[in-house]
Amino acid sequence: MIPQVIILSLLIFVLAKMMPGDPFTGLIDPSTDPARLEELRQAAGFYDPWYIQYFRWMNNALHGDFGISYMYKYEVTTVIGQRIGNTVRLSVISVILTYALAIPLGLYAGRYQNSWFDKAVVVYNFISFAIPTFVLALLMVYIFGFKLGWFPTSGSVSINAVPGTFGYFMSQLYHVILPAIVQALLGTAVTIQYLRSEVIDAKQMDYVRTARSKGVPTGKIFHRHIFRNASLPIASTLGYEITGLVAGSVMIEQIFSYPGIGNLFISSINQRDYSVITALILLFGLATLIGTLLSDIIMSIVDPRIRVQ
Amino acid sequence: MGGLSRMSTEQTEQQEAVSIPPTGIRMIAREFKKDKLAMFSLTVLIFILLFAFIGAMILDQDVVTKINILDRFARPGDSSMTGHKYLLGTDEGGRDIFGLLVFGARNSIFIGFSITIITSIIGVFVGLIAGYYGGIIDSIIMRIVDFIMILPIMLIIIVLVTIVPRYNALTLVWIMSAFYWVGKARLFRAKTLSESRRDYISASKTLGSSNFKIIFRELLPNVSSLIITNLTMNFAANIGIETSLTFLGFGLPSKTPSLGTLTAYANNSETLANRPWTWVPAALLILVLMLSINYVGQALRRSSDARQRLG
Repeated sequence: MIPQVIILSLLIFVLAKMMPGDPFTGLIDPSTDPARLEELRQAAGFYDPWYIQYFRWMNNALHGDFGISYMYKYEVTTVIGQRIGNTVRLSVISVILTYALAIPLGLYAGRYQNSWFDKAVVVYNFISFAIPTFVLALLMVYIFGFKLGWFPTSGSVSINAVPGTFGYFMSQLYHVILPAIVQALLGTAVTIQYLRSEVIDAKQMDYVRTARSKGVPTGKIFHRHIFRNASLPIASTLGYEITGLVAGSVMIEQIFSYPGIGNLFISSINQRDYSVITALILLFGLATLIGTLLSDIIMSIVDPRIRVQ
Repeated sequence: MGGLSRMSTEQTEQQEAVSIPPTGIRMIAREFKKDKLAMFSLTVLIFILLFAFIGAMILDQDVVTKINILDRFARPGDSSMTGHKYLLGTDEGGRDIFGLLVFGARNSIFIGFSITIITSIIGVFVGLIAGYYGGIIDSIIMRIVDFIMILPIMLIIIVLVTIVPRYNALTLVWIMSAFYWVGKARLFRAKTLSESRRDYISASKTLGSSNFKIIFRELLPNVSSLIITNLTMNFAANIGIETSLTFLGFGLPSKTPSLGTLTAYANNSETLANRPWTWVPAALLILVLMLSINYVGQALRRSSDARQRLG
């Protein structure tokens, strides 16, 4: 994982160098003397060889210093810190909803294979796999947000809510629920697919036949024996699920005008706020890496066979 | 390589047509005959393709994309000053939504298709090389592939799009292709790996066939069914990615009509809520396109797998 982090940071550094402008373009007012600007650049090491600049940048990044946001005039870490909580809340609720939906659907579809319920699940799964995120999000925000008026269409909390109160918490929940449902509907496809086929395969397995012949009730066979075994691939996809959520947040937050880091990324790109952009890509990249690592760890916890001694 | 692969696919089809169990094109035809919904999806897909490509030939792009401020946000069915009737209304610039839909669909389909072809050529080639040679070549290639896979690809594409000078549709195709071949390389490497352990490959090696011949004349035809199904599914995915990027404002330039630019009208919450005719047709067209391509893809996949076949 360490070499991957290093290559990732190098790549981001190269991207940052390719971006037009330098850290001073935004900081200094236009009346500054160009000669003075040049002095500042010299002092900050703008003309140093690239590897020195890279190590300086890396060193600062490791200390949590990504520079100043040109758009907000705050530390980049502060700007991201204000929004990351919203994204985490959205992601956590999405993951909970995804599994709350996917596990029963996959399990029962597999158990009652070829029933009308199974067919409905297969159709649902097909649609949720095929539909692009932004199309579903737009239709949902249009129907449930604007036409029916059931859910708010922007923001993460009502402006009237007082921080710290129960009402504030409820307002946050109310704002997060529609985007979370959209993400959950899109996220279920892989899990349902896995679970359903695992359950169908498991019906033929020896351990299921053994359980049947010794008289274990059918319900228990499915909920205990089969589910335990079928949950392995699901557990392994949990990490990737998180990765997908972080990337998907860019689209969802943009459509729901939800002030998270995905939304921040798009607005920073539009404002050419490069210090925020580099920090965010590094963050998203790390989240992906951690998601992958998490999958491996979860896998080794639930499956004793692949545990490293 | 493109020509070569097509040649060998044709050859296999001929060979397969002679062999006893029906495979290839005939198997696919049987699958579609059995599955009415797949047939319907195929019809819808062909209809959309005809709509986009023939429509784009009949209509004049300059007329369609000309800004006509007097007809701003005309409702569907309204007539313009000159008596022209707008079937689906107009957008902010008074441009006919129907006409934009035709050109948008054509551009989106064309770009999705180009990316699919480019990434397939690279992906299949790299996958074949890695899977066939194995060892150090395989490790190096797969290290690179694994690394690109964990990158936040969409964000990097967005950044690249904003910093590339003289940016146009072709640039987008290349930028996207540069990242999206990795999934294919991985898939075809796995397939090649299992395929190259088969007896016919060892036999061919023993007979002294050159590596080039084994890879392109023997391995490639045997992974061709996977190429076709993967191509179809990927085509849908690439249209999805292009329209998503364009929707966010980092795909096609806003002047180029695409299903993404049309849906992007919904970025304005006023338009989103009160002028659905500007963006709903494009969103629905994307949805129908995705569903039909994916369904056709599934039918193709079934037809290449004897255990899942309906026919």
